[in-house]
Amino acid sequence: MMLLTGWGRTAPTRATVARPRTAEEAAALVAKAGRRGVVARGLGRAYGDAAQNAGGLVLDCTALEPSWRVDSTGLVTASAGVSLHDLMTALVPRGWFVPVTPGTRYVTVGGAVAADVHGKNHHVDSSFGAHLRSLRLLTADGSVRTLEPGDDLFWATVGGMGLTGVIVEATFQCVPIETAWMRVDVERTRDLDQTLETMAATDDGHRYTVAWIDLLARGGRMGRGVLTRGDHAAPGDLPARARGNPLAFAPRPLLSAPPWAPGGLLNRATVRAFNAAWYGKAPATPRRIAQGVAPFFHPLDGVDGWNRMYGPRGFVQYQFVVPLGAEDTLRRVVERLSGAGVVSFLTVLKRFGAGTPGMLSFPMPGWTLALDIPAGQSGLAAMLTEFDGWVAAAGGRLYLAKDSRMSATTMAATYLRLGEWREIRRRADPDGVFVSDLARRLRLC
Amino acid sequence: MRNALGSVDTVLLLGGRSEIGLAIVERLVRRGARRVVLAARDATASMKDGGGTAPVDDLERLGAEVHVLDFDAARPETHAALIEEAAAKVGDLDVVIPAFGVLGSQAVYDADPVAAARDVAVNFGGHVSIGLAAARRLREQGHGTLVVLSSVAGVRVRKANFVYGSAKAGLDGFAQGLADALHGSGARVVVVRPGFVIGRMTRGMTPAPMSVTAAEVADAVVESLDTRKVIVWVPARLRLAFAVMLLLPRPLWRRLPR
Repeated sequence: MMLLTGWGRTAPTRATVARPRTAEEAAALVAKAGRRGVVARGLGRAYGDAAQNAGGLVLDCTALEPSWRVDSTGLVTASAGVSLHDLMTALVPRGWFVPVTPGTRYVTVGGAVAADVHGKNHHVDSSFGAHLRSLRLLTADGSVRTLEPGDDLFWATVGGMGLTGVIVEATFQCVPIETAWMRVDVERTRDLDQTLETMAATDDGHRYTVAWIDLLARGGRMGRGVLTRGDHAAPGDLPARARGNPLAFAPRPLLSAPPWAPGGLLNRATVRAFNAAWYGKAPATPRRIAQGVAPFFHPLDGVDGWNRMYGPRGFVQYQFVVPLGAEDTLRRVVERLSGAGVVSFLTVLKRFGAGTPGMLSFPMPGWTLALDIPAGQSGLAAMLTEFDGWVAAAGGRLYLAKDSRMSATTMAATYLRLGEWREIRRRADPDGVFVSDLARRLRLC
Repeated sequence: MRNALGSVDTVLLLGGRSEIGLAIVERLVRRGARRVVLAARDATASMKDGGGTAPVDDLERLGAEVHVLDFDAARPETHAALIEEAAAKVGDLDVVIPAFGVLGSQAVYDADPVAAARDVAVNFGGHVSIGLAAARRLREQGHGTLVVLSSVAGVRVRKANFVYGSAKAGLDGFAQGLADALHGSGARVVVVRPGFVIGRMTRGMTPAPMSVTAAEVADAVVESLDTRKVIVWVPARLRLAFAVMLLLPRPLWRRLPR
């Protein structure tokens, strides 16, 4: 029995936690899950309640047959509980890179599939599901099915938040790299228009792009940011000290957040100071630098347990996407946040490319904005609910792996393939064995 | 399910006509609750499913689906079944609010000990049985909040209303014990200690210092759902006032006019 929360540390609920080591053990646990059902959990990096199951069973899958293999073409087969950190530590020195990585390496392969995670290369490479060749899924009847992209259940599982079964294993294609370094262009932008224009105009020349936005800047500087565009570096791009061992990769956290931090540490003053420093540090004209893979993709992984810095009340992450052409909605949101002085420690803007056929998959061609907001800010709930309406009206949606607060109504209005997904899920799990707090809150099942 | 910013989906109000109770429910619905159960005596006859009476209509206008159940606080043998019936209607119970109670006059109780015992059975006994039944459900579901409406009348019992006050004292102790028992279960108890509440229940009485309205009590309760507080004083400054009152020597306390 344990109280569980997501990475945002809000809304704890209690569940029985079991740690199966084999698919057989997992099947036995699923078979006697009881009426409150079961859901798989990885490293708990979903921000909200996706890997919580109040009163029921949660399978901690991090010990599930922890093995992986790679063939000569970079095709990787990994157990669901293996983390991208472990995979990268092993694969990068061999010259392979995961096809998609989110902002942290500390997610499991199972979690990456269940959330159909995206990264800075979405505009070129789409999301994790696009690189999957097959999946092994433990379903409610106790069998382990092998699924391929031609199967309905495959695309109900990719982005399906663990509600079709327990992902046991995934096979996906990695990409070849020559070094563990990135060739990065950094440039700051004056305002939101310039941020959007520059991204739209230059994204296609780079595999990885993202913009950090200074949400506390107002007036003519509203939406100013720092644009980062990168590609895997060739040996010639490396600093001299790194050329001897260009594929060396052994990142570890540099700092650890204290076990307890007071609420309000990340307030308007501290975030404003950080934003000013971060913005000021970035060059006004593009500058090219060489940067290691870890600081480029996973800067926050450098601080162990950084989510504790938000204090005991935790934080919410708000990430939405609106289709291309709905830039006005994006601008309204930024204006409103900036006008209200909402404190968001990390605000990130990204242009998405094509999505996957995942029925509950989040990305679609358009703009996505992600915010980290301390949960205690007054008026926050009403403001985000208002944004939900704007996003829905623009044909956009919210990311389930980040969500911890949208309503079932918003869910149904924005995930237009929910009915189709429910039907496939009902066939695979007629008794509704797989369930989570997220599923209850959003009435998914 | 409660979301990250304190909004809930389902609410069960026991004593479905209670002014404070309905004020809390209304606020929860405004903040996103979509399924409400109102349980009260003869409710299905007088507040039928789908409308007719004001609270049901009001809540439906705000977008909630409202169910009505018959509930008698004086019949503890029916309480466990009632909690299950409510859960069958709306699913997991996110917030349970037993808001029933009777406030009789001490003079009447002095003359009619049977009436006093009957009211204590509702004000304390009824809350114990419904509280335990609700706690079992919340524990099973691994989340949820039980709001217990205690009173400063029970913090230090006064001679002017010691029957009512002693029932509230019992209830307050029960609720605190239950809060501790539920610690770590995912479920929690909020013990609300309002001062004198101006409203239907106290009509004709002269308000005491630091009195509040049902709306103010409801605001404080809803706000407490965002925190981890166990005890909520309404208004908050009563906490300090009672820290002092608990220290008053008995001869002084005894001489308080009311």
